[in-house]
Amino acid sequence: MVIKSLTGNYAVAWAVKLAKVKVIAAYPITPQTTIVERLSEFVERGLLDAKMIRVDSEFSALAATWGAATGGVRAFTATSSHGLLYMHEVVWWVAGSRIPLVMAIVTRTIGPPWNIWTDHSDIMDQRDTGWIIMMAEHNQEVLDSVIQLYRITEDPRVYLPGMIGLDAFILSHTTEPVDIPSQELVDSYLPPRRQPYVMTIKEPLIMGNIPADLKWNMKMRWDVHVSLIRAKEVIEEADREWYKLTGRSYGGLIECYRCDDAKIYVIGMGAWVGDMRDAVDRLRDEGYDVGLIKVRFIRPFPDDKIASVVKNAKLCIVFDRSVSAGSAGPLFLDVTSHIHRYGINVPVVNVLAGLTGLDVTSTEISYVIKKIYDSFEKGELRNNIVWYFGGDELWW
Amino acid sequence: MSEYVKYLPLAKPKIGVAGKTGSWRTEKPIYDPSKCIKCDLCWLYCPEGTINVGVSENEYVRINYDYCKGCGICANVCPVKAISMVPER
Repeated sequence: MVIKSLTGNYAVAWAVKLAKVKVIAAYPITPQTTIVERLSEFVERGLLDAKMIRVDSEFSALAATWGAATGGVRAFTATSSHGLLYMHEVVWWVAGSRIPLVMAIVTRTIGPPWNIWTDHSDIMDQRDTGWIIMMAEHNQEVLDSVIQLYRITEDPRVYLPGMIGLDAFILSHTTEPVDIPSQELVDSYLPPRRQPYVMTIKEPLIMGNIPADLKWNMKMRWDVHVSLIRAKEVIEEADREWYKLTGRSYGGLIECYRCDDAKIYVIGMGAWVGDMRDAVDRLRDEGYDVGLIKVRFIRPFPDDKIASVVKNAKLCIVFDRSVSAGSAGPLFLDVTSHIHRYGINVPVVNVLAGLTGLDVTSTEISYVIKKIYDSFEKGELRNNIVWYFGGDELWW
Repeated sequence: MSEYVKYLPLAKPKIGVAGKTGSWRTEKPIYDPSKCIKCDLCWLYCPEGTINVGVSENEYVRINYDYCKGCGICANVCPVKAISMVPER
C-alpha cells in the first residue's frame, strides 16, 4: 500500500496499469488527455507491458480497443465530450458484440458554444447503449472503480463493456491523496481475462452479420438487458470483495449518507456528491431531516435499491447535471419512473444545475434544498422541474 | 461461450451461404498468364476471396467463377492489365 498524490486522470492511469491492460488506443481530447499521456509514459518506461495504438479519431480509438479486446486481451480507452459523441456508433457495437473492455469518460459538456468544463451530458447520452455506466465521486473511488470494472465486465454473468465517468477538472485535474493497492492485491482480486469468444485467424468467426431471423436479433437486445440486470449482483459482489481486501466500500450500486430517519432525500451522482454531503451535514445541523443517496451506477439502474430507501420519504430532490431537453433530467426520469414501478408515490423534484460546467457550491446546494423543501411544505411548489443558475437564481 | 449469455451476434463463415453468386455477373474477369507479373494485387483486393494465387507454374492466378460476382476490381488494380473484363452472355 502506497499513498500518492494523484489527479483523477492519473488515478485512472494507475488503475489501468494495475489491471495489466495489454492494449490502449486513444485520441487526445481535453480533459482526458493526461490519462493516456501517463499511460504512454508507463509503457515507454517499461512499467506497463502494453501496446499503445495512436489513431486518427475517437471512432478509430474505440474500434481499435474493441478489436484488441475481441482478440482476447484486456483493453482500455478514454475520451470526453465530443470525442465520445464521435465514437457513439462503436459504443453500441461493442456492447452488442458482448466483448468486455473499460473506457474512462472525463465528463465534459457538449457544444455549442465551445466549452471544456464538466457536466454529464456526454456520459448520459450513452445510457441506452448497453454499457455498464458509473460515475465516481473522488479520485480514490476512480482508481478502485476502474479495477472493479474489469472484474465486473469480464464476469460470465455480464460480458458487457463498462465506462466510468469522472468530472472534468473537479476530479480529472485535482490532486488528492490516493492509496495505490499492491500488484499482488489487484492480481488476487482480478481473475485472468475472460470473454464469451475470441476472434482468431485459425478459427474464423463472423460478428454482427445480417440476421437470418429478426427474432434472434431482438433476443440479443433482450440478452444485453438481462445481463445488465444480472450485473447488479456482480457489482455488489465486486464492492464487497474489494472491501475485504482494502477496507474500502462504496455501497455497490448506491451509497446512502445520513439516511437513517431521513424524510427528504437528495439524490445525485458524480463529484458534486461530495458537496452534497457537506450540504446535508449543514441542513441536519439546522434541523432538516435530510439524507443523501449517491447513485454510483446509472446502468444497470439501481431501481429496487432506491425504491426501498425512499419508500417512506416525504420528498425526493434529484440533482441532474444534464438535461434531456424537452423532458427532464435523465437521473430524475429514471428515479421517478422506477419508484413508481415499485408503487411508491413520493413527490420528486428535479433540480437542473451545474450544466455547462457552471460551478455549484455546497452552500448553494443547501440553499436550493431548503428553498424547495420550504415551498413544498407551504404548498407553493410551482413546478417540479426547476433550473438553478447559482446564487438565488432559481427558475421554476 | 457463457452459460449466461445465450444470444450472441456470431456466425460461422461458410462457403456459398448465399448460393452460387457467380450467376450475378454481367462481366467476367479473364486472366492472361503471359502478362502476369505475380504481384498478388488481384488476390489482395478481391472483396469476395474468389482469387487464388500460386496455383501452378503456368496458371499463377485462378478465379473461382462459382462465386466471383464480376465486380472488376481485380482488372482495375492489375498494374499490367493481365485481367480483362468481358461481357457474359
